[in-house]
Amino acid sequence: MPDGSPLLRVEHLRKVYSSAAGDVEAIGDLSFTMQPGELVCIVGPSGCGKTTLLKCLAGLLRPTSGLVEMDGSPVTGPSPAMAVVFQEYGRSLYPWLTVRGNVELPLRHKKLSRAERDRIVTDALEAVGLPQSARSHPWQLSGGMQQRVAIARAIAYRPEVLIMDEPFAAVDAQTRADLEDLVRELHLARGISTVFVTHDIDESVYLGQRVLVLSNSPTRVQEDLVIDLPPERDQLTTRALPRFTELRTRVYQQIQRAKRGPAAAPQPAP
Amino acid sequence: MTALRATDARPRGLVTRIAVNVSFGFGLPVLIVVLWSAWSTRSTNRFLVGPLTILDAFRRTWIGPAFVDDVLPSLYRLGLGLLASIVLGVAAGVVIGSLRRLRDTLEPLLEFFRAIPPPVLIPVAMLLLGITDTMKVVVIVSGAIWPILLNTVEGVRATDSVMLETADSFRIPRRERLWSVVLPAASPRIMTGVRQALSVALILMVISEMFASSSGLGYRIAYFQRNYLVAEMWSGILLLGLIGVLLAVVFGLVERRVLRWYHGMKEISRA
Repeated sequence: MPDGSPLLRVEHLRKVYSSAAGDVEAIGDLSFTMQPGELVCIVGPSGCGKTTLLKCLAGLLRPTSGLVEMDGSPVTGPSPAMAVVFQEYGRSLYPWLTVRGNVELPLRHKKLSRAERDRIVTDALEAVGLPQSARSHPWQLSGGMQQRVAIARAIAYRPEVLIMDEPFAAVDAQTRADLEDLVRELHLARGISTVFVTHDIDESVYLGQRVLVLSNSPTRVQEDLVIDLPPERDQLTTRALPRFTELRTRVYQQIQRAKRGPAAAPQPAP
Repeated sequence: MTALRATDARPRGLVTRIAVNVSFGFGLPVLIVVLWSAWSTRSTNRFLVGPLTILDAFRRTWIGPAFVDDVLPSLYRLGLGLLASIVLGVAAGVVIGSLRRLRDTLEPLLEFFRAIPPPVLIPVAMLLLGITDTMKVVVIVSGAIWPILLNTVEGVRATDSVMLETADSFRIPRRERLWSVVLPAASPRIMTGVRQALSVALILMVISEMFASSSGLGYRIAYFQRNYLVAEMWSGILLLGLIGVLLAVVFGLVERRVLRWYHGMKEISRA
C-alpha cells in the first residue's frame, strides 16, 4: 500500500439530525483514512448511517462536527475531486437525456474543447462496455446497464475518488457479479480510488483492499480489516479460496457484534 | 445485449384499425349533421338554421376581408396572451417552486387569485388600460397563467431529490441545472398546465372581445347576433370550434415532441 499523505481523511465525524421529535445521532464518532488508489469497502448493519457517511464524504451533507479532508483541504461542499454513483440509478440518471447526454452533462461546465469532451465521453462508455448504447435513453436499458451509465458518468468526470452508495443493491445476482468485476477492472486498469458502500459482506470482501466494518448507531468504525487476497480476482476462484471464507467469516462476526450494539462495545458513562 | 426492449408490436390489422378509428371518430358527427339537416328543413324556428346555410354563411363571411379584420386580430391576441402566460407562468412557477419559504407564503394568495373568475377583470382592465389589444392580452393572461403557474410550482417542487443531489454532486452550475434538470423534470406538469390554459385563453379571448372591441371573432359574433344575422352568427361559432380543435392539434404535436422521453418511459413501465 502506498504511504505518504492520505487522499481522504475522516476525523471524529459526527452527524446528528435534529427534528421536532428529537435528535437522531446517525454517526457517532467516525475516523479513517484512505490512500490514493485504494479500494475501500464500507459495510455495516442496515440503518447504521452508511448513506449519511457517504453524503458527508461527498459534501452533500454538512457534518455536525468533525472533519472530512480531501488532499489536505477540508470538504465543505460537493467537490470536483469526487463523483458519486447512487443506488437508485433510475432516479439518478436523467430520462430526458440520452446515455451520451447523461455522461456529458457534468462535463459541460468543465473547460474542455468539444473534441476533448467527446473523446472523454466515448472513452467512459467504452470502459463500462456500452459504446453501442450511446444514443439510447436510460429507460430503454436494463437496470444493470443503467448503473453502468451512471458509472461511466462518474468516471468521465475524472474524480480522484469514486464514491459508490450500494450501487448494485437493486440488480439481479448475475448482473451484480458482472458489475462487481467492472468495478475491480476499473480499479486495476485505471487506478481509480474508490469508496464502496455496501451491506453485502461477500461483496465487500470480494471487491475491497480494505473493509471498514461500521457499528450500529451511533456509528463508529468497528474494525478496519485489510483484505489480503490477490489483486486479480475472479468470481469463481477467489470466492472459493479458504482465505476468502476466513475473511467473510471475520466480517460477518464483526457485523453480528455490531448489530448487538453498544452492549458489545461499552461506552463510558457521560 | 438487447439495448431496446421490444415495444408491443402491431403487425397486422393496422389499416383495419385506422378505418375503425376513423369511422368511430367521424361517424357520430356525420350522423348528427345528417339528422340536423333533415330536421332543419322542417323547422320553422328562424334562429336554428341548417348546416348547409351555415356552411354557405361561413364561406361568405370568413373567407375574404373578415379574415384580416377579425380572425387575425383574434389569433394575434390569443397567441400573445398564451405566449405571455407560458413565459410568466413558468418563470414565476420555477422561482416559487424552488423556494419553500416563498411557496408557503404565497400559496393562500395564489389560491385566492386563481379563484377569481377572470371575466370580472374585464371591466377593471377596461378602466385601467382602455379598449386596447393590451387590455385583451392582459385579460387572457390573467386567466390562462394560473394552470401553468400552479402546475409548474408543483412540477418543480416534486423534482426527484436524487436527481437534484446528482446535479449537486457534479457541481452542475445554476443555469445548466435549470435548463437541463429542473425544467425537463417539471415539463410533464408544465405541459398539463399549458393544455388547460389553451381552453381558458380561447374563452377569455372571445369574452374580452364581446365586451369591448371593434374587431375580432367575439366582437363579430356579438354583432351578428344583435343584427339577426343568424347563419353568420352560427358560422362564427363554428370557426371558434375549429380554432379550438386546431390549437389542440398543434399542442398535441408540440407535446409529443417535448415529452417523447416521458411517453416512451411510461410505455416501457407499462409493458
